[in-house]
Amino acid sequence: MTTPQRSLGLRAGTGMALVGAAWLCLGAGTALAAPQDERWDMLRDMYFSGRAVEDAGPLLSLEAPTRANDAALVPIRIATAPGADVQVNAVHLIVDQNPVPMAATFRFAEGGSPQSVETRVRVNAYTNVTAVAETSDGRLLRTVRFVKASGGCSAPALKNAQLAVARMGKMKLNLPDTIVAGKPVTAQLLISHPNYTGMQYDQLNYYFIPAHYVKTIDIRYNGTPVLSVQSDISLSEDPSVHFSLVPDEQGTLEVTAEDSNGRVFKDSWPIKALPGS
Amino acid sequence: MAGATLLGVWLLGVWLAWAPSAAADTLPVTEVAPGVFVHAGLHEETDAANAGDIANCGFIVGDDAVAVIDTGGSPAVGRRLREAIRARTNRPIRYVVNTHMHPDHALGNAAFLADQLEAGQPDFVAHRNFQAALMGRGSHYLHAFDAAVGPEAAAEVRIVPPTVTVADRLELDLGRRVVELVARPVAHTDNDLTVFDRQTATLWTGDLLFMERAPAIDGSVLGWLRLLDGLAAEPAARVVPGHGPPSAPWPEAATDLRRYLDRVVTGVRAIQSAHGTIQQAVDTVAADEAPRWRLFDAYNPRNVTAAFAELEWE
Repeated sequence: MTTPQRSLGLRAGTGMALVGAAWLCLGAGTALAAPQDERWDMLRDMYFSGRAVEDAGPLLSLEAPTRANDAALVPIRIATAPGADVQVNAVHLIVDQNPVPMAATFRFAEGGSPQSVETRVRVNAYTNVTAVAETSDGRLLRTVRFVKASGGCSAPALKNAQLAVARMGKMKLNLPDTIVAGKPVTAQLLISHPNYTGMQYDQLNYYFIPAHYVKTIDIRYNGTPVLSVQSDISLSEDPSVHFSLVPDEQGTLEVTAEDSNGRVFKDSWPIKALPGS
Repeated sequence: MAGATLLGVWLLGVWLAWAPSAAADTLPVTEVAPGVFVHAGLHEETDAANAGDIANCGFIVGDDAVAVIDTGGSPAVGRRLREAIRARTNRPIRYVVNTHMHPDHALGNAAFLADQLEAGQPDFVAHRNFQAALMGRGSHYLHAFDAAVGPEAAAEVRIVPPTVTVADRLELDLGRRVVELVARPVAHTDNDLTVFDRQTATLWTGDLLFMERAPAIDGSVLGWLRLLDGLAAEPAARVVPGHGPPSAPWPEAATDLRRYLDRVVTGVRAIQSAHGTIQQAVDTVAADEAPRWRLFDAYNPRNVTAAFAELEWE
């Protein structure tokens, strides 16, 4: 039996201060109930310096659940359909009402081919999720889905804070069972990282943990770039990216990720494919 | 004369208006074992009508003092629990124990703050990880409470930090009655605390046991299953679940929960080995459990999503 830890710094007086902090957050949350359109006008100015942003039409599609089942982990899928004369080189994923709305930018090495990426984001409130594509002819194309946040228990928070730290930087690659050279496959990269938002609380030392998140992910196949991702705190913990890859018979996939503290994580996997027809 | 009658009518009116609310001010409790009192919360989501009275809470009375176990989902429910205690004993409330940080179990803590400021007790007792888990979610909980119950009720909410934290085990002596608290590893949440009353062999599981109402996975589904294996061996005559009846036989009471969590794990693993998506898992996993649980559709999709992320790292 251990002695109870008497946390003297946290008696009722501190409790009142904590309430103050919580209500400030609540105030911010209420302000976020402003119409989605006004928010978007602000974001467009902030991220795209007032450039024209057109409706994407068939060049870009975005899938998101209408309701966030788990606010900490909302799956999002983006697919591009470039035309004969236009490439889609990058897609920005924005969770409009989040404190840091820009969740990630995906840059494709093969902008002329259809690409699809999937990831998972945190959703702070009822929000539009926006994808903006950058085309080779300099246009910005936008598509939007509205996502309802879930009920009272569902906060975009870590479920197992200690594990998230213990496993930091570990990577995993999931591939289909059958891989044929020359045929596109979808691969999933997982990087274990708490992706601290700055809103998580240190349970031993009683302070808010500074934001600490995966900032860049660089994916190469046989030395050639496949996908590069710039990301921020809106990505869920243990960032996950599904991406397209066209394998050769023999090859190596290499991933380099860097977090906001400058820690660099690397891993690589040999990929063996059946001969193509 | 007319004035006196009017005054009498007015007093009667005051009394009529007061009497029902006085009755409503005491939370109904069941004495599940000598000195162990439990209020069973409703199987509903928090709203203005129930004011967060959706989880079980109660108290244990010793020769010298009272320990409150969970405080309900709002200061109003906490006050009604306090009235229920005062209707049965004038012994001091020395401890308020929280079984975990979820708002339906902890937002009633505010009802006991005035006692602490006046008398220096109760102590607020929780798992070592309780405060961090609550702080990381506090603004969301308050926002959700404000939206569900209303601004007046929300203005009373206080996040009360524990004054005593439990890293492993702790005994509370209530006067010829010792209750044993055990801090558990990550399961329903990362700050689950159980309470065992030795005198009556009553185990308060908090939300480590859901009955009737669909469970919520907010920690680790694998950890929860492992812990249920261990808890099955506890020498308890009865348990007080976090949601469900005031008490139930142990370990039979966990049969439904075990089966549900097993199905979530088995179902998600099957989807993952076929390279399926989270949405496919949400649409199919544990679907046949729906008729067995209240509020199933509000919780199963979230549980499956959380389990999916956890099991990807197996």
